[in-house]
Amino acid sequence: MSQFFTLSILVATLASGIRLAVPYLIAALGETIGQRSGVLNLGVDGVMLLSAFFTYWTVLETGNMWLATAVGLGVGLVMGLIYAVVTVFFHATQGISGIGIFLFGLGFSELMFRKQVGAPTPVDKIAEVDIPLLSKIPHIGELFFQHDLLIYFAFGLVPIVSFMLRKTTFGMNISAVGENPQAADSLGVSVAKTRFAAILLGNLLAGLAGATLALQLGLFQGNLTNGLGFIAVALVYFGAWRPTGVMVGALLYGMVQATVNQLKIQGSIPQSASDIAAMAPALLTIAALAVLAGRIKAPSALTRPFSRA
Amino acid sequence: MKRLVGASVPLLAALAAFAFGAIMLLALGASPFEGLKAIVDGAFGDGDAIAATLVKAMPLILVGAGITIAFRASVINIGGEGQIVAGALLSTSVALALPDLPAYILMPAVLIAGLIGGGIAGAIPGALKAYASVNEILSTIMLNIVMIQLMNYLLRGPMIDQAEIDAGTRVPTTRRLSDNAAMPDLVEGTRLHLGVPIAIVAAVIAYVILWRTPLGFRLRAVGHSPEAAKTAGIKVKRHVTYALAMSGSLGGLAGALLVFGSEGQRMTTDGSSVGFTGSAGFNGIVAALFGGLHPLWTIPSSILFGGLLTGATAMQRVLQVPAALAIALNGIVVVFVVSSGPVRDRIDAFLDRRAKLDQTLRDDVSDGSSKTVDLDQLDLDNQTNITGADL
Repeated sequence: MSQFFTLSILVATLASGIRLAVPYLIAALGETIGQRSGVLNLGVDGVMLLSAFFTYWTVLETGNMWLATAVGLGVGLVMGLIYAVVTVFFHATQGISGIGIFLFGLGFSELMFRKQVGAPTPVDKIAEVDIPLLSKIPHIGELFFQHDLLIYFAFGLVPIVSFMLRKTTFGMNISAVGENPQAADSLGVSVAKTRFAAILLGNLLAGLAGATLALQLGLFQGNLTNGLGFIAVALVYFGAWRPTGVMVGALLYGMVQATVNQLKIQGSIPQSASDIAAMAPALLTIAALAVLAGRIKAPSALTRPFSRA
Repeated sequence: MKRLVGASVPLLAALAAFAFGAIMLLALGASPFEGLKAIVDGAFGDGDAIAATLVKAMPLILVGAGITIAFRASVINIGGEGQIVAGALLSTSVALALPDLPAYILMPAVLIAGLIGGGIAGAIPGALKAYASVNEILSTIMLNIVMIQLMNYLLRGPMIDQAEIDAGTRVPTTRRLSDNAAMPDLVEGTRLHLGVPIAIVAAVIAYVILWRTPLGFRLRAVGHSPEAAKTAGIKVKRHVTYALAMSGSLGGLAGALLVFGSEGQRMTTDGSSVGFTGSAGFNGIVAALFGGLHPLWTIPSSILFGGLLTGATAMQRVLQVPAALAIALNGIVVVFVVSSGPVRDRIDAFLDRRAKLDQTLRDDVSDGSSKTVDLDQLDLDNQTNITGADL
């Protein structure tokens, strides 16, 4: 147990936590954008599974990670189009149609994997990029500046999404249609178009989250995400619909996971204890929801389809 | 006429999903007709197939009937997976603790334990929604994750088969559970066991409770018009909790039946929920929707989806097309059903009611915190309410 507290192991664990947080972070940022516009997407996990498979498959066939990332984004876009049509034009119940998207992603990604790949075949993982100079700082360098590009990009997205939501016209339209679609509509903001765009953007990020997962693991298997996308949805509530709050939640999940992994590797705790530890973030989320639910307000029109009366 | 249109929606959705399935089969280089034949033969071709289909339908019937109870009270239950696991764990514990009880005591005991386990897993998000305004979609999903980890912990640790430890294999599974709790086979030589009729009876009871009892009336009143229900003296919060608890208890019963109807007569995990539940917690939502969110229609609907799952496994053998196709098709059915007009109208109305319920619950919460001066008065009210005639 004492070994855990040596500085180098602590730094390695924290760095791993940052890496593990990234798929949660990207997916949850996407979900934040969608929910701010009033659309709940429970299909994130399915979209992530699909994009993770197609990303992995592209790397397996071509070895080109950039192409693979583009494919993952493309999958997100296609699923976003489907979900946008279903929710915006057909007014489908979001809590349930999202489950449909999830089941489709779960089944289809496994179907394709079994048919096209069969046995799990590892591929190259995405390489780490050391930031010149900064990465040489002892410990700090390892912690923050020796990651792959997707990680830098993910954390870069936090201020960008935050700025987009708060300072741009598009972002304000998103909040407007999420809070009071009738009022937004009467002011000439197209509720349908704004929500459509927000859903596309959100699913694009879900696609990127799936691609990141596949590229970081260099592997695919059925149900690879194991509920990660559902946690991402919960993180949006946990983070009170703010990108920075979402980031804190994602880091919390990443850190808990990294710590559990490290303790397991060291043999400090038995497997069974790590199962208990893995419950902690979910319990914490429930507790946070219970405490915050009365105080922090969700977008008023969340899950409410809009039609001109 | 309107009823006819409503009834045709699931069929159209199914046709659309099957068209999509046919395209996928073509893309995978298999003939759609052979695929359909393999599925139908595999699901309903002979006695064994029908038995397997009914056994697959069993948890869907229960989860589906549970979903309809929640839906009628205007709450959504996505926690089927966790509730199945909770019921299975509690019933397994009972069988592990008291293996020597005679069958006529142990069998009902494990079923009741399943109901209680699932009921607790449902009551928690129910109470959180009623008393702390926590969105039940979120809390049920979170509880799924918690229950899966709890299952992994218990089956790898305290509840593991001693033989697995001795052999050093440490497969997370319990020892063979008492035969006194096993669901007896109904037809010699097939896998059809008592769990299937139990599930059907439970769905019928759910129907009777909802439409033929005062409790069901109050649940539907809360779902239909929470403000009116409140004015009429119905305890809205308590009934929201009841609705999710009842919904969860049916999932828990499914969990108990999955364990005690299993061939190995043990509870086993592969580390994910799917490994134990076969995604019944989610597929039950599909079956309930397809059955028009009515407990009785959920029965044939579940048998249809049970058939799809069994048939897909058969198709995998015949045509080498992975059985995961069935899960993908389920997803497509959901998307089509919830996108179609008549269902949409009903669901729009549901959403209105749900928003009203949320508002009613929230009003009550803010009443409690803002009127601090009247707190003593309120507490008194609450006490008299609890001793009221509602129970």
